[in-house]
Amino acid sequence: MAAHAHDGHLRSPDMPEVYPQFEDIDQQQETYIVGMWAFLVNEVMFFGPLFFIYGLYAWKHNAVFYVTSHHLDYKIGALNTTILLISSWMVAMAVHYHQKNQLKKVCNMLWGAAVCGTAFLAIKLIFEWAPKFDHGLFPTPGFQSRYLAYYGADTNPDVARLFFSMYFAITGLHALHVLIGVLIFVWLIRLIKKRPDVITDYVPTEMVGLYWHFVDLVWIFLFPLFYLMPK
Amino acid sequence: MNFPIMPPQASEFAPKYDAIFWATSGLTVIFTAMVAILIVILAGKYKRGSKADRCNPSSHNTTLEMLLMGVPTVLGMIIFVWSAVLFIEARTMPKNAQEIFVIGKRWMWHAQHMNGVRENNEITVPLGKPVKLTMISQDVVHAMYLPDFRAQYHVVPGRYTQLHFTATKPGTYKMFCNIHCGTQHSEMVGYVHVLPQAEFDAWMANGGNRYLKTNLTMAEAGKQIWDDKGCGNCHQTLDNERAPSVVGIYGSTRKLTDGTTVEANEDYLRESILRPWNKLTTGYERTMQAYEGVLSEEQVLNLIAYMKSLGQGGTSPDKGIYQQPVKTGRDFPVGRKDPVDIANERASGGASQAHDLRNNP
Amino acid sequence: MSSTVIEQAVEREEPAAPQKNYLNADHTIKSWLLTGDHKRIAVLYLISVTFFFFLGGIAAAFIRAELTSPMGTLLNSETYNKMFSAHGIIMIFFFLIAAIPAVLGNFLIPLMIGARDLAFPRLNLASWYVFMLGGLLFIIALILGGVDAGWTFYTPLSSLYSQTQITLALVGLFLAGFSSIMTGVNFIATIHKMRAPGMTWFRMPLYVWSHYATSIIAILGTPVVAITLLLVALERGLRIGIFSPELGGDPVLFQHMFWFYSHPAVYIMLLPGMGVISEIMSCFSRRPVFGYKFVAFSSMAIAGLGFLVWGHHMYVSSQSVFQGIIFSLISFLVAVPSAIKVFNWSLTMWKGSVVFSTPMIYALGFLGLFTIGGLTGLYLSAIGTDIHLTGTYFIVAHFHYVMVGGTVMAFLGGLHFWWPKMFGRMYSEFWGRISAIVVFVGFNFTFFPQFILGYLGMPRRYHYYYIAPEWQGYNVLSTAGSTVLGIGFLMPVFYLLKSLKSGPIAGPNPWGATGLEWEAAASPPVTLNFDGIPKVVGPVYNYDAIEDSESFRREQMEKVTK
Repeated sequence: MAAHAHDGHLRSPDMPEVYPQFEDIDQQQETYIVGMWAFLVNEVMFFGPLFFIYGLYAWKHNAVFYVTSHHLDYKIGALNTTILLISSWMVAMAVHYHQKNQLKKVCNMLWGAAVCGTAFLAIKLIFEWAPKFDHGLFPTPGFQSRYLAYYGADTNPDVARLFFSMYFAITGLHALHVLIGVLIFVWLIRLIKKRPDVITDYVPTEMVGLYWHFVDLVWIFLFPLFYLMPK
Repeated sequence: MNFPIMPPQASEFAPKYDAIFWATSGLTVIFTAMVAILIVILAGKYKRGSKADRCNPSSHNTTLEMLLMGVPTVLGMIIFVWSAVLFIEARTMPKNAQEIFVIGKRWMWHAQHMNGVRENNEITVPLGKPVKLTMISQDVVHAMYLPDFRAQYHVVPGRYTQLHFTATKPGTYKMFCNIHCGTQHSEMVGYVHVLPQAEFDAWMANGGNRYLKTNLTMAEAGKQIWDDKGCGNCHQTLDNERAPSVVGIYGSTRKLTDGTTVEANEDYLRESILRPWNKLTTGYERTMQAYEGVLSEEQVLNLIAYMKSLGQGGTSPDKGIYQQPVKTGRDFPVGRKDPVDIANERASGGASQAHDLRNNP
Repeated sequence: MSSTVIEQAVEREEPAAPQKNYLNADHTIKSWLLTGDHKRIAVLYLISVTFFFFLGGIAAAFIRAELTSPMGTLLNSETYNKMFSAHGIIMIFFFLIAAIPAVLGNFLIPLMIGARDLAFPRLNLASWYVFMLGGLLFIIALILGGVDAGWTFYTPLSSLYSQTQITLALVGLFLAGFSSIMTGVNFIATIHKMRAPGMTWFRMPLYVWSHYATSIIAILGTPVVAITLLLVALERGLRIGIFSPELGGDPVLFQHMFWFYSHPAVYIMLLPGMGVISEIMSCFSRRPVFGYKFVAFSSMAIAGLGFLVWGHHMYVSSQSVFQGIIFSLISFLVAVPSAIKVFNWSLTMWKGSVVFSTPMIYALGFLGLFTIGGLTGLYLSAIGTDIHLTGTYFIVAHFHYVMVGGTVMAFLGGLHFWWPKMFGRMYSEFWGRISAIVVFVGFNFTFFPQFILGYLGMPRRYHYYYIAPEWQGYNVLSTAGSTVLGIGFLMPVFYLLKSLKSGPIAGPNPWGATGLEWEAAASPPVTLNFDGIPKVVGPVYNYDAIEDSESFRREQMEKVTK
């Protein structure tokens, strides 16, 4: 999120606030958007290497990765994909309503998105990560689980561990982003309701939206790569 | 205190290397001098208050810029092509090379010749004959660095890397580990001894007069491991339903379960011993035990040498003519021919290098 | 002397007392630690990187002292390994990467483009805190026993074998990386959107261009190494096995991921220095930078090509021959923009009016050392010659010529150039010139022998060289030179600090330079930089060498006649 400086400037309740380093509201908003995009490019490069490493190993150990990927339930994955898509739509609508200045609807949509994000995390935690912890599929020093035999990945536990390492690394990092997104939603709703002097236009909502769409997009890549792996 | 300028040139590669090195140095000196002279002249002539002509200055000149781009590019390309040719030569392994196997581990070098002679922190090579080192690390990444031969390559865990050189001067040369590998990195050093062929042969015949005398060639040591682990229970002379034969496997093309093909080189054989299910030959089940952690890198090298001694190459060797080598005692004096090897040679129609070595004296 | 017309915009005028400036606007510690002012954050960074520089320098002193004898007796091997690791990590991650962008860049970019502050002041402050937190974690790691895997952290040594405080250090570096990303995002947004009216892209000083290129690299590269180092830390903790062959991973993959950032990182360190040199050469030659557009685009070309050459660190680490040759080819191409820059800087003096002030001496030193550093890069980018030289002291000498001879010389030059702007007072010109010359001489004595050592085959990171005692002569020479170099680096600390108290008042433009930071802002600048927002109507570097030289001669004549 962009930061603002508050020291010494004019503030009027009905005009958008312009921070002292900016000339006018247009410049301020454009700058925020440029900063946000720069941040997103950085995020792409953050997830990029993980996907690259995963792709490399999936290509190298295709057979074992294929059988190991059966441990992931694509139905739960699809459910989560749907939830995230719905939340993304809600965020898009929130920006839309904010441009029309219908704050009530903005808050509703943001609440919806926050609930979706929380649901995503809950499903992930309860139905995906927890069973894998129980089954001993979390990569640890003495990684070896009898559950690996279920789909035939026990023959090569090292490669199965690689698969789960990448799975936990990428979904973990993604979940962290979802969590941050949910917190930002709640924070934004609070600001919209309590601090109209801070949120004077739709740009903050749009930036949160950009972030959320990015998080969604990561999942859109993640889901087929892990859950729907081709043989 | 002395101040040497260049290291000894002890390999065929070294003079070629030094030629490009000094050519690049010449270029460096010329360009540095050009920049220095340009700076001195301009700074001197146009010092503030000097009487130089400052009229009609120009602050850009596209022709000049293109020239400044073009000349370095052309010169750079010359150096690039020259060095690339040199690199290809350095990285193309000669066919007739004397093979030596090197294992790097913290913090020592361990070398083994085909006839089983072993050395620690020393490598003895013949003069004037191409030598190929096949190297692997047992723990972290090391680098085999032989400055006097202008040769260097990393020694990586999990895969074999190769290095070749042809020594041109007898003597003793330095050997270093050149990738930081932990506490005693700077003590992971040793010597390369270059001996004239006759001396070298005598040395080899003596079983290496330095350390660790052994009667076994690498292939024989491999055979012992083979018998010890009972590999032959499944891997028999002919392919059967349990396991493919390893006779003639080295250098052959394997068709894998996932439909791809792979050449059975050292890396493939090593992986198939340590993690057999990574690359499964088509038509076989996952039945073999993984030998990772069971066999040391040295044992794996011996096993591979044994497999190589069973004949090499060809996608479908006529396995009927091979005999599964059956042997009991290991008491042949070094230098005498092993009956199994004779049988194999007859089968493959020529001696493999391991046996060449021992035939020389 | 300058014809750039600066019109003060009338709207939003905030009258400030002339003696009020960013330094004395407020005196509480809180006002410094919670400041959003880019100039104050720059000063905070200046203090931090100076501290880290001397910390890394102490480690270097131990290394050099130890290497005077083939059987070094001062330290044991483990301590020695920790020393060079600490030296590398501190100098690269906590000094070089932050030095010019976070100190001079933070201070100057808004001033140069006519903005009141960076786009995101709080993000800027956060970047300093994150940087300090990273530095603190690394220092804690040092106190708890240090790190012995070198700054490259090659796996599996760093992931499975080393028993030292690597995890903590990696987290520290991860944070330092974040700080550099934050600064990059801030610079990009600022340069894109906050230029003053009339400040078009091609009226920007080349310094700003170089920071633009640097920020792009920081944003694209830093996250890659951040996630890679994080995976190594996870591998230590959970043995996830991504980079360790024993667990099914690939150690060479780590090298690819690491160098994908760490080669462009060289340009993160170097490009800002090149920007500084452009400014200094132009100012003290009283001429516009020769071939402005070529220099500007060469920065961008370096940033772009810099991402395609990481493989030249790995010619002999089991990548394929074809791969190596392609990397070698691109490495040669990346040398071309650097060559353009060097010649253009030199040609800037043509028909100029050259003044040999302290920053100029540093800049000329940079030109010489960077030329040698760049040209010795040819040996290493040429795939054939690299076989023998990679991993030896030749590499060490090469990158010190580029990093110390380039970046540190530029940092010191820039610091001396903008010191009067930052603190409003002049330092002793005499001691300034002496220190510049001492650094130049000491530097060459320290690092030139290392080229020969490398060619002779001395591997880097070696504690003992008892196997080759004939190397001792060069090592002693190098250590002797490093003492001189150390003295050269210490001298500015004294006379610059002294100038803060008793230096003559500089006035807004002591060098007679062009540029908004000199012509439109006070020294030191007020909190929001300008009294109004300046308008730019002329091109950048609007110097008049003839007038400058003539007026100087008249003054000299008058002095003589009197």
